Amino acid sequence: MAEFLQVLFSGLATGSIYALAAIGFSLVWQAAQVVNFAQGEFVMLPAFFVLVALHWFGWPLWAALAFGLAVAVAVLGLLFKRLIVEPMLPAGGLPLIIATMALSILLKEGTKQFYGAEAQPFPSLFPQSTVRLGGAVVAWQDILNLAVSLAVVVALTLFLNRSRIGRMMQATAQNPAVAEILGVNTKRMVLYTFLINAALAAVASVLISPVYLAKFSNGETLGLVAFIAAIVGGFNQIRGALAGGLLIGVLDNLTATYVTTEYRAALPLVMLIVIILWRPQGLFGTAEGRQV
Amino acid sequence: MKRLLLLGLGLVALLVAPLGQGTYVTYLLCSWLTFGIAAMGLNLTLGYAGQISLAQASFMGIGAYVTALLTLAGWPWLAAMPLAVAACFLVGLALGFPALRVQGHFLAFVTLAFNTLFFLVARNEDGLTGGPYGLSGMPRPDFGLLDTAQQPAFYYFTLAVFLAAAVLLWGIVRSPWGRAFKGLRENPIRAESLGLDTRRITLMAFAIGSAYGGLAGALFSPLVQYVEPGSFAFAQSLRILLMVVVGGAGFFFAPMLGAAMVILLPEVLRFTEGYYLMIYAGAVIVLMVVCPEGLIGLGGRLRDRFQAPRPRGDLQEGARP
Repeated sequence: MAEFLQVLFSGLATGSIYALAAIGFSLVWQAAQVVNFAQGEFVMLPAFFVLVALHWFGWPLWAALAFGLAVAVAVLGLLFKRLIVEPMLPAGGLPLIIATMALSILLKEGTKQFYGAEAQPFPSLFPQSTVRLGGAVVAWQDILNLAVSLAVVVALTLFLNRSRIGRMMQATAQNPAVAEILGVNTKRMVLYTFLINAALAAVASVLISPVYLAKFSNGETLGLVAFIAAIVGGFNQIRGALAGGLLIGVLDNLTATYVTTEYRAALPLVMLIVIILWRPQGLFGTAEGRQV
Repeated sequence: MKRLLLLGLGLVALLVAPLGQGTYVTYLLCSWLTFGIAAMGLNLTLGYAGQISLAQASFMGIGAYVTALLTLAGWPWLAAMPLAVAACFLVGLALGFPALRVQGHFLAFVTLAFNTLFFLVARNEDGLTGGPYGLSGMPRPDFGLLDTAQQPAFYYFTLAVFLAAAVLLWGIVRSPWGRAFKGLRENPIRAESLGLDTRRITLMAFAIGSAYGGLAGALFSPLVQYVEPGSFAFAQSLRILLMVVVGGAGFFFAPMLGAAMVILLPEVLRFTEGYYLMIYAGAVIVLMVVCPEGLIGLGGRLRDRFQAPRPRGDLQEGARP
């Protein structure tokens, strides 16, 4: 029982980090109908920005974290939107998918060439001690990871539902034409969505890298897991993506501990196929009609 | 007429290509033709029928493993190949079912998941697939008159299979089925209301495209004489997809051109060492931003610039009596 609680808790902790990436994913999808195949690399990269500031510039940790966040928002948010997504939106669909796939290769190989192919240790943000909770030994790191991610999700939800800009962003996602008529600067709102996605990716990156180490190939699994979490939760909701992320984190840990480690990677994939075949709108989503 | 002349020239070039070349160049040419077949299949699924698939490498893998296991058990290649193709046809048919429910990026991820599952099974089921060490020592086919153990002979054998596959695909694309595939790509609901059985057409697009992947795998196995899971991982599917899209999805000659770019460009860019993939990925992004229709589309666009515009051939077809 104690072991089960431990496994459950660390699953929730990693799951909440997956959820951050998944939320960014579905926000971008709603706002611009863009599926970002480089999302995993977006989560991998900010950790390296932080490492560059730490080791190349010799900055203190807090400054390095701020630097990582700022560069991530500028490069993965602004430049990604301006240079790649915007010119390609008219062509739509497939070319954009290919371009984001190529981008993922570019980011991965670039990191390997310019920083290194080995896994880099990443400074932990939280104390390494543990605490006993009902017989289970839980790391503070897990608790605080979970707390920080949940706080970010709550803040984001409040921002989207309560603030003027947040509501304008939602209007843009729901019906760009009508939003435009009502005086919303839809282009700017879409840009904000990309910036938020980049910021979420940066937070996820900084939280997950102390656990998994910073490695150029981290994005491969992260991107897939983020997408699966978004699908499982239903592509159009924040709480769906959150639930999907938590679910995958927990299930992944449970299978690895109790069923099989060889096929650990297979579980989310099978889940994805089953969900898409059985409930394409996701566990929490609503079905959308077909359009001619 | 001009087209026939060009085709003839291309054929002659293919026939003389390996003459006087070393083993490595001939190997590259064989590998180009083999991946060209896999890309042709994906071009049918993706370019003509509009169903995105990121699992083409897993079909090459199924084809390669089936051929490897059977030829290692003493079967002749000519008997193993049809079985490999048939196996891929059936698995492709099954993979087509998700496409009936979801489209676009959802389908992309389902097929991606399939590819990764195939990789995991190939790596973990040691008894059947040899696990991470793979299978090796497959004999090259021997047809009595033509023993393909040597590199030039194997090239002509690959070329013959390639040409047969290309002619067959040309036939499929020109047949009513080919039109049905295009109809499915352009507007599935309209295609359905015109009386096409879109269900069957979707499944067939997957099955035939996958069978081509299997054929490529059946050639890959004796070419490399070593199959291991890593050769058929998702990254390989991405390479095949790049071949199709870089060439220009939906154009008949795109896979050949695209495969040449993907297989031969690394050799040209070898002097850049580790930066090759970065340059390559950057070039793909630029190509997609500038011209989403791929290289053939880019060529067409340049031609339109300097010549009076002509309506595209495949758009005229419907109007002909």
